[in-house]
Amino acid sequence: MLEVRGLQARYGAIEALRGIDLDVKAGEIVTLIGANGAGKSTLLMTLCGQPRASGGSVRFEGREITRLPTFEIMRLGIAQSPEGRRVFPRMTVLENLKLGAIVADPAHYAADLDRVLTLFPRLAERRDQRGGTLSGGEQQMLAIGRALMSRPRLLLLDEPSLGLAPLLVKQIFATVREINENEGVTVFLVEQNAFHALRLAHRGYVMVNGRITLSGPGSELLANPEVRSAYLEGA
Amino acid sequence: MSPLHAVRDAAIAAFVALAVALPIVGVRTVDTGAVLGVDFRLDWVAAIVATVFLGRLCVLLWMGRRERAPRQAGMLETTALGWLALIGRFLAYGIMGFALILPMMSFADRYVVDTATQVLIYVMLGWGLNVVVGLAGLLDLGYVAFYAVGAYSYALLAQNFGLNFWQCLPLAGLFAAFFGILLGFPVLRLRGDYLAIVTLGFGEMIRIILNNWASFTGGPNGLTSIPRPSFFGLEFSRSAPEGEQTFHQFFGLEYSTLHRLVFMYYLILILAFLTSWAVGRMRKLPVGRAWEALREDEIACQSLGINRTMTKLTAFAIGASFGGFAGSFFATRQGFISPESFTFIESATILAIVVLGGMGSQVGVVLAATVLVLLPEVFRDLAHYRMMVFGLAMVLIMIWRPKGFIGARVPSIRLADFRRPAA
Repeated sequence: MLEVRGLQARYGAIEALRGIDLDVKAGEIVTLIGANGAGKSTLLMTLCGQPRASGGSVRFEGREITRLPTFEIMRLGIAQSPEGRRVFPRMTVLENLKLGAIVADPAHYAADLDRVLTLFPRLAERRDQRGGTLSGGEQQMLAIGRALMSRPRLLLLDEPSLGLAPLLVKQIFATVREINENEGVTVFLVEQNAFHALRLAHRGYVMVNGRITLSGPGSELLANPEVRSAYLEGA
Repeated sequence: MSPLHAVRDAAIAAFVALAVALPIVGVRTVDTGAVLGVDFRLDWVAAIVATVFLGRLCVLLWMGRRERAPRQAGMLETTALGWLALIGRFLAYGIMGFALILPMMSFADRYVVDTATQVLIYVMLGWGLNVVVGLAGLLDLGYVAFYAVGAYSYALLAQNFGLNFWQCLPLAGLFAAFFGILLGFPVLRLRGDYLAIVTLGFGEMIRIILNNWASFTGGPNGLTSIPRPSFFGLEFSRSAPEGEQTFHQFFGLEYSTLHRLVFMYYLILILAFLTSWAVGRMRKLPVGRAWEALREDEIACQSLGINRTMTKLTAFAIGASFGGFAGSFFATRQGFISPESFTFIESATILAIVVLGGMGSQVGVVLAATVLVLLPEVFRDLAHYRMMVFGLAMVLIMIWRPKGFIGARVPSIRLADFRRPAA
């Protein structure tokens, strides 16, 4: 579904991605783990065209999307729940969700809203509350729900566990699995919380300093001593 | 803020007042016949300093009291929003009804109708700018440029091609929208302060061009004898040209100059209603939703597939076109326009209306435009103190309502739109 080949990106003179190869197949949950500053978020943003790749290629469902402007990429069936959630603070939950569907076919709106509110009953309770007054966990649910409103085939999640209590992280990850299994949405998950991410994912990649250093099935990476010592000890 | 801090702060304010008042108010030259004498008015200075000290102290203590009682947010908000929307709607209908019957009231003489027309022009400009500043969150300090483009479009089209008001109105809107896009392109990547500076420059550029391109725009002399609009072909004059009728002849009325004023009033009222309706509709369309989303978070917008470039350009173009409509109305009402009417202070006034009303609120703009136009009128008797009262009123409003008259944003989706998910 998503093929990344030799992808490079830079911020000025600083190379953030140094040739990334990565695949996400339809129906999978794939996770990318790594330390702070490894380039995980940059990779996710580069997939969306911002910053633009300085080398390499990204193909989505066989189509070359490396040079497309961001808004066109986001209309192809890819949706992103951005890092730090970025819900619209002054708008209500319902308005946030409506905006998620802004490029989707309006005919699906009612059904999609039902679907998202069933996935996140909390959002149904808070539908008229402003995004900025929600708790962190609720904002994360809203960000994911908003992304789902465009009926994506590929969902990109950037650190959904950031700043959340352990119990909430579990809940969010359970919902991500539900989205993947029941709705057939492919998920590419960028996480620092390696333990939860690798348990959830079918496959995982480990990123260090802008390069992929390890890859394999989630359970295999979980058992890998290198991964254990770098990302899981003390967790 | 503790009382001690408040006293210290007030003392600083009083000192500044002293420094300003001593040379300006405290010393006065008097003509004693032969030589020019100097008169000291230290009692005045003392009064000013005391007023500033006490005023500042009251404001600080009052604000401190409010800070200690934070408003309850969250769960309560849902019901509060419902009420707010209800009150807003009630208020809106009340104002609309009043505006409709105003010229029929017994007190509606020339002065009242004329002032009400003035208020409506600013309401319309406020609503237009609200699209750019209130909804899309793009701080535009040069909005008067589009007002000017609209006014000059009408005047020039009417004089050079003999088009009438109704033919010119859409053209003026189009020209203004075109200038909006022209401004929009170079500022696509700018935000906040930087955007404000460029738009400020743009407004000045338009005014300076109008001032200097004398062969086309008449330069500082402006354009005169701009045709008045007619009522379905009926002129508002004492006597009609050969073979035509005037408004008062057709309806068998006694000729009165008030007829035209009332007609103008209803004309701008209709234009304002149309603006309000159009903006209200657009808020619920994808383009309007995208404007508001852009104001809230540009990055999130892009992640949802919103085209940032198009969204900004449409905001500039549509906001500008309303300015253009208002401009052509202004031209036909005055019958005379010159660059003098389109200075920065106009942009500032319109922006003040939007901010004072509460960013994005339509009813707020009406309230603020009314206050800003009427205040100087009401205090006309105070002669040269009236601008002081005006300034004082603005300061008080911003202390009392820091987010504007109507600071809370009314959601664009109601409860009724929501269907319960299948449990």
